[in-house]
Amino acid sequence: MAIETFDEMRSGANGGVRAPYRGVARWLERTSPERLAATRHEVDLFYRRHGITFGAYGAVDGAETTIPFDIIPRVIAWDEWQYLHKGLTQRVRALNAFLADAYGEREICKAGVIPESQILMNAEFVPMAQGLALPGGVHAHIAGIDMVRIGEKDFYVLEDNVRTPSGVSYVLENREVMMRLAPELFSAMRVLPVADYSEELMATLRSVSFSDDAEPNVVLLTPGHFNSAYFEHAFLADEMGIELVEGADLFVDEGRVYMRTPRGPQRVDVIYRRVDDAFLDPLAMRPDSFLGVAGLLGALRAGRVNIVNALGNGVADDKSTYTYVPDMIRFYLGEEAILRNVPTHRGDRPDDFKYICEHLAELVVKEVHGSGGKGMLVGPTSSKAEIEEFSQLLRARPENYIAQPTLALSTCPTFVAQGVAPRHVDLRPYVLSGKKITIVPGGLTRVALKEGSLVVNSSQGGGTKDTWVLAPEPGEAG
Amino acid sequence: MLSSTAKNLYWMGRYLQRAKTTARLIEATQRMALQSQGKEAEGVAAVFGMEDEFRLSQSEGQGQAQSQSQTQSQGGQFQSQSQSQGERLADLIDFLAFDETNPSSIVSSIGYARRNAREERNNITVDVWESMNGLWLELGAKLRGDRAGLDRGALIETVKKQSVMIFGAAQVTLLRDEAYNFFQLGAFLERGDNTARILDVKFHLLRPDGEPHAENMDYFAWSELLACIGAVRTYRRIYRSALDPMRVAELMMLRRDVPRSVHHCLWMVDASMRELADAYGTRGEADRLAGELHGRLRYARIDRVFEIGLHTFLRGVRDDISTLSDEIGRQFLLD
Repeated sequence: MAIETFDEMRSGANGGVRAPYRGVARWLERTSPERLAATRHEVDLFYRRHGITFGAYGAVDGAETTIPFDIIPRVIAWDEWQYLHKGLTQRVRALNAFLADAYGEREICKAGVIPESQILMNAEFVPMAQGLALPGGVHAHIAGIDMVRIGEKDFYVLEDNVRTPSGVSYVLENREVMMRLAPELFSAMRVLPVADYSEELMATLRSVSFSDDAEPNVVLLTPGHFNSAYFEHAFLADEMGIELVEGADLFVDEGRVYMRTPRGPQRVDVIYRRVDDAFLDPLAMRPDSFLGVAGLLGALRAGRVNIVNALGNGVADDKSTYTYVPDMIRFYLGEEAILRNVPTHRGDRPDDFKYICEHLAELVVKEVHGSGGKGMLVGPTSSKAEIEEFSQLLRARPENYIAQPTLALSTCPTFVAQGVAPRHVDLRPYVLSGKKITIVPGGLTRVALKEGSLVVNSSQGGGTKDTWVLAPEPGEAG
Repeated sequence: MLSSTAKNLYWMGRYLQRAKTTARLIEATQRMALQSQGKEAEGVAAVFGMEDEFRLSQSEGQGQAQSQSQTQSQGGQFQSQSQSQGERLADLIDFLAFDETNPSSIVSSIGYARRNAREERNNITVDVWESMNGLWLELGAKLRGDRAGLDRGALIETVKKQSVMIFGAAQVTLLRDEAYNFFQLGAFLERGDNTARILDVKFHLLRPDGEPHAENMDYFAWSELLACIGAVRTYRRIYRSALDPMRVAELMMLRRDVPRSVHHCLWMVDASMRELADAYGTRGEADRLAGELHGRLRYARIDRVFEIGLHTFLRGVRDDISTLSDEIGRQFLLD
């Protein structure tokens, strides 16, 4: 099946270079392949030396590898960003309203917009998180919204991530690297900075403390240095100047959370946790967890410590709830969704299921709770045998799957072994919600380095690019 | 600052110093071996208290070599595998420096120090982290490559140079807070213990009778002892005289101005303990012991030390350093 692909640099009017990419195109013309190759090598060394690594689960001895960084930036024009910014703000406001409602009165179910079973029967639902009045009513403080583009004006939301989205450290480090490598490109194009992310994150975290202490104690809870995203945890703690703690560093006494220090116990007000729900508190969740803190949920329920992101957010970001997001926007905000959803067929609906089975070769089929590009089928690029095998899984548990048309993800020029060639990309902007909503311009661009591949996940051989949002041209609305 | 941070920085200091001392010791031993026919290999192993492990690793290695040669010769004549002194020393160096199964080897120590650093990335500077990570990467890359063609001397040199860089980066860039004091504490406690141990073991090998003054002394052996703490030129500068065992001992043990002497190290340990006591407003057994140890080295006289017996004196110091380490763990909740 041939899909016409939108190339973000080359698909300009009459086959020309699109305006936002003019600077990049000129740079590529002037720079020899040898120079690009040398630059790439420099980047690899830089990432290794800095220990900017990613340990994929299952790797031998938790071996550290680096995620390939592509030196050709991905460019987003100012007006495009304005549109995304508006749409993302709207979407995340609705998701937060939904989460507060889902763990509160469930008005949206009473109104018949979303069936209550969608929430209560969800494996990610955490009964203990019901009836809490979280500061500011915010549940998804840090959201990563995965977007794809298929045409000049066609952006789609592929997936919402409101549990513990990762990757933002690459946004910041990629920019640092690009500024070192191609300062001339920066001076030719006006790129909006991203370095204030950590400051905005810190402000967001402080703004959601239960206590009215002017300087609440915020810590970052990591599962430890064997975790694949450990680098990011350490990086963010360092950037914010807060303690990076593991479960064993914290304890609960009289309903309050403390960290162990040589000075004695010190109170903790906000925990930015990068540990999954199930492992947070061995008393309340998985008793075999060594990563959490016994009594943490009790402290949360007593309003003594806030946990960011909130517990049980998984009910809002799985791939079956996704289909309801436009309805949420209408219900809570009285608006029509600015960003489009990809048309999605649900395995738990008989008509949809029939359609999925008949069109497997054209569709992308995903697990409702899947992540990391695993447990999915990309119909058009799969063999007959693979489709047959997947079909067995699908028929065994229809409700566990959703299917979407295979989108022709846009491509960007990318430096690969054969030289500069188009590769498919997606985009994950990070939306911060506290007292206000903040979005640092751009986000993480992931690129599928294999020719023709549509899977951009780093665990499946994807790379990243620096993402540039251009400042408005003089005269353009600011 | 977290207790776990204090612990990681303390051990980072210790492991890094241990790797550095080992590198220096190996270098001094190699130089010595070029100039004499002594039992350098066993002497060095003794400093690490590893005579037995070394002997064991040797017999294992030979066992393997023999079974290999037997299968290869296919019933042909069995060839003796007895090793020359040079081969034994090369094996020892591999064991002490590059053997990942030896927990005290340089490569193991660097691995631990780097892991401590990685867990505290947010509490150390980019300069310290990069130099630490750089050394770990370089060692790893070299050791994964062709072992036969490995330039061992150059690699030992790299370890020495890079660890100086790491300590330098710590001096120049680290914030002078509690974390820094724990790093210092670990480094100086380890260094003090290392010097005391080297002096104790090597002095005993050279002068089993413990006599401070020697007729016909082996000049090379005594200068090698000084070289273990990089103090050959320092000796000349201070004493302007021929090598004398008592003075060598004094320099390594009691001179406060020699940065690797036991006295200097315990002085620095005491200073870090005082800073921590000021910061926390509390004092405990660790503070008392640090002060007492510092005082003992500060007011000791070398002739009196030899009256008691050098080994007895050093044994006492080393036991108390070990107790101090335990007390620090207890007092600051490092364990």
